[in-house]
Amino acid sequence: MSQAPPDPPKAPPCAPQARQTGEDPGIEHAFSLAGASLVALGSGALWWPEHRLLCVSDLHLGKSVRLAKLGGSALPPYDSRETLSRLSDDIDRTGAAMVICLGDSFDDLESAAGLPDPELRRISRLQAGRRWIWIEGNHDPGPVSLGGMHLGELTVGPLTFRHIADPAASAEVSGHFHPKVHLRMRGHSLSRPAFLLDDRRLVLPAYGSFTGGLRSTDRSLTELMRPGALALLTGPTVLAVPMPR
Amino acid sequence: MTGLPPSIEQWFSSRDWALHPHQRAMLDAADHPATLLIAPTGGGKTMAGFLPTLADLTTAPHPGLHTLYISPLKALAADIKRNLRTPVEEIGLDIRIEDRTGDTPASRKKRQRADPPHILLTTPESLALLISYEDAPRMFAGLKRVIVDEIHALAESKRGDQLMLALSRLQTLCPDLRRVGLSATVQDPKAIAALLARHPDPCEILIADPGPVPDIAMLQTREPPPWAGGGAAYAIPAVLDRIRTHKTTLIFHNTRAQAEIFFHNLWLANSEGLPIGIHHGSLDRQQRQRVEAAMVRGELRAIVCTGSLDLGIDWGDVDLVIQIGAPKNVKRLVQRIGRANHRYNAPSKALLVPANRFEVVECVAALEAATAGDLDGEPRGQGPQDVLCQHILIAACAAPFRADDLFAEVTTAGAYADLTRAEFDRCLDFTATGGYALRAYDRWQRLRQGPDGRWHLRDPRSAQRIRMNIGTIQDTDTLKVRLKRNRVGKPLGEVEEAFAATLTPGDTFLIGGQIVRYDGLRDMTVEVTRDAGRTPRIATFSGTKFATSTQLSARILELFAQPHWPQLPEHTRDWLALQKRMSRLPERDRLLIESFPHDGREHVCVYGFAGRNAQQTLGLLLTKRMEDLGLHPLGFVATDYATLIWGLDPVLDASALLDARSLRDGLKGWLDGNAVMKRTFRASATIAGLIERNTPSARKSGRQATFSSDILYDTLQKYDPDHLMLDITRTEALRGLVDFHRIEEMLQRVGPRLDLLRLPRITPLAAPLLLEVGKVPVKGTAEERLLAEETRRLMELSGLQEVNRVASPA
Repeated sequence: MSQAPPDPPKAPPCAPQARQTGEDPGIEHAFSLAGASLVALGSGALWWPEHRLLCVSDLHLGKSVRLAKLGGSALPPYDSRETLSRLSDDIDRTGAAMVICLGDSFDDLESAAGLPDPELRRISRLQAGRRWIWIEGNHDPGPVSLGGMHLGELTVGPLTFRHIADPAASAEVSGHFHPKVHLRMRGHSLSRPAFLLDDRRLVLPAYGSFTGGLRSTDRSLTELMRPGALALLTGPTVLAVPMPR
Repeated sequence: MTGLPPSIEQWFSSRDWALHPHQRAMLDAADHPATLLIAPTGGGKTMAGFLPTLADLTTAPHPGLHTLYISPLKALAADIKRNLRTPVEEIGLDIRIEDRTGDTPASRKKRQRADPPHILLTTPESLALLISYEDAPRMFAGLKRVIVDEIHALAESKRGDQLMLALSRLQTLCPDLRRVGLSATVQDPKAIAALLARHPDPCEILIADPGPVPDIAMLQTREPPPWAGGGAAYAIPAVLDRIRTHKTTLIFHNTRAQAEIFFHNLWLANSEGLPIGIHHGSLDRQQRQRVEAAMVRGELRAIVCTGSLDLGIDWGDVDLVIQIGAPKNVKRLVQRIGRANHRYNAPSKALLVPANRFEVVECVAALEAATAGDLDGEPRGQGPQDVLCQHILIAACAAPFRADDLFAEVTTAGAYADLTRAEFDRCLDFTATGGYALRAYDRWQRLRQGPDGRWHLRDPRSAQRIRMNIGTIQDTDTLKVRLKRNRVGKPLGEVEEAFAATLTPGDTFLIGGQIVRYDGLRDMTVEVTRDAGRTPRIATFSGTKFATSTQLSARILELFAQPHWPQLPEHTRDWLALQKRMSRLPERDRLLIESFPHDGREHVCVYGFAGRNAQQTLGLLLTKRMEDLGLHPLGFVATDYATLIWGLDPVLDASALLDARSLRDGLKGWLDGNAVMKRTFRASATIAGLIERNTPSARKSGRQATFSSDILYDTLQKYDPDHLMLDITRTEALRGLVDFHRIEEMLQRVGPRLDLLRLPRITPLAAPLLLEVGKVPVKGTAEERLLAEETRRLMELSGLQEVNRVASPA
């Protein structure tokens, strides 16, 4: 960073960072990948002003419905509502003309079908008046019965959007891993979902509420990302650090 | 029914025994609706409870169940069965005595319902299950007496509340039921009597001769105890000496983890190979039973144990009780000491072993209180509503009911005597619909009102699920530990799921006194291999952590106020004197706050002496205040006597920080988003049936349960903040884990007398706090500031700053 970051905004103690509706959108982080000027938002979404394109990954809508089936206890699908609220805020704030959901948008095909009506209506409202692309993920491989276009991958300008990174590719934006970063500072440690960025690719953090994460030190990530990779921490302010390995 | 039948008289005289006066008095009171007997351990208390039953059954044969005996411990029920059978067989009485607990085989349980014994020994949970069956009226028909053993212990927990609600049900089934309570010495017998009796029946209180004054002392060792921690490893040689010179020694610990570690160290030092056993709630049942049996046969010289042995099991010839770690509560100490020398007329002998330097002071204060007979006790207030919700579900399992009838019935339980109809209806509505935010979900709509006005289960099949989740004990979820090569063999014991989650293959830990290596998790079982060679990682099953009682805390402060401390060992005297020189000692009517830099961070230490839970809450509230005041707190740790907070900026003004009103306001806002609340919610929601731990398909793992209860909590908080479960959680938390009343009490006591000392370095009294475990991080602006500093540093360090073109913030 060429200058000291401004004072971060006040946040209540013990509040989850930028995971809730209506919270401060955070101070963004601009960078470039393969010539494209991109912005990482504190919410975990990627914004490409030139194409008015908003990209989010791993929404895992309907996760609670699926867990209910496994664990025997039905939880209300409020996690989906939460995720969609945040997405709606990001769309309003950026005025996106195109939204790419980068795979694993649904926990599985069944939960896509089982999403309650209010959530389905909400998705339709968000889709109105803009291009909407569902990229297939490993949790939701087939087309789902919702509006929008369903694609295996998509190329816009120099960038290719796909769910799981292809190690041989470059100029690529992907998701899948739910990367997060763990840091220790003066005896204090914390963990944040993060974008991972090197000169060939960007890996997005999971956007869905109640999704777990994979530490950047995991082999699948250290092998994927090239030396000199950065981690962009989500939160009230997006902060860049060398990716911990 | 006064007087004993000749056959029982003869048996007594053949053994040269005479009835104790209180046993005689119990016979005289046999027809009273409720009687509470307060007697020391070894005073023939249980026999006193059963004599009227034996007399009755001898003179008038009785078909079916005559007496129900309820104890808080399964082991106690088994023990009583043994002890009662001897006289019954020797007198030649035709009386069937059986126990029924979670460990009883299903076939016997089934038979017991069809053909109940004369005397059934059971636990509150098993009784709650019994009254949930449709055939409960038949099974309990003719029941005449119920004996509640160790009622002083039950009276302090939700298990007692559940039991008393179950008794209200039994009393409806058997209107002539007589209630008997057996209790150890307590500060307020009237309060227990009010719980025992059917409201508003009177309850007679019989107090037996308390016996000789116990002989208690603090163990003096050459080596001083360490500054922090709870292991008391320093005392091992001295404890071994005592074991050698006594017949049988019980060594009590406050937590299971401490018991494990101590046992391990004791074994390493036990060069003579004295037979020593270990007994705690995480151990496998068979293993516990083996230890119990060996103890009864007199084969063990010592048992390292926890509260699972606290209650009146007849341990035969125990002649010494050692308490490792400060007892936290004088009443429990006195009751534990009662375990030693189980003969009525011999004084009990006990030793206290402080685990760290501060506990030396606490042990001395506890000794003084025990000698003065100054027992502690806090009033418990109205019966909790989560237990009531479960009781309503249990009632619905047994049979459809009318709301009026059930309300009338539950308000005969002392703890629920003041329950309003509105409160009851709210609980009923919750069990019926799940409450506003959850009304759309079938699973929480359990009851339906029929056209006849009676409430019944909406789906009769749900009875099975409800029965599987009966109970109020909220142990942390545990996983069985098993030897890898012995998949079908018996488990070694259990560890907490949270602990298991931290293990990686190759890690070693202690269980049942042996070191094992973690190999992996398989079908929800921790697989291990024996590994004698390594230093173990500690098994951190948390066990119960008690807060030091108000009375004991006050005594510690009184002790501090003395000009000299002749009753303290020299090392502790020197420590306190040094504190006095470098700073000050905390005083009863003032609040000492120390502020000092240490290790690159600012620290503030608040000596509230309000007990662990309240000091923890104070930590959360103060860090929030500091956040508001821009002092960038980073984290805190709390003990029974103080809270230590660290952060980026120094605290220089105490009154802004400790303003009672802002703390109270802070409490309101803070409570909702807090982890303690979530934990409390999880417990209450499980009791009230909102969360099911057990389902017919599979047992839910702890992490899944935590996960779903946290989501539920957030959901209700957001969409239905007045939901019954949230009200219950707040009430619970305020008197339990949050313990705000002790903060209020402390602030009232000290008034405006706040002493903020700004000091150049850490003080003798504050230093041990840094060594405490259980540090709580604060996620606030300090974290953002640190993060910004750290990211800048890392970027500069790596030179990546230059490589990546980074635009300034938008």
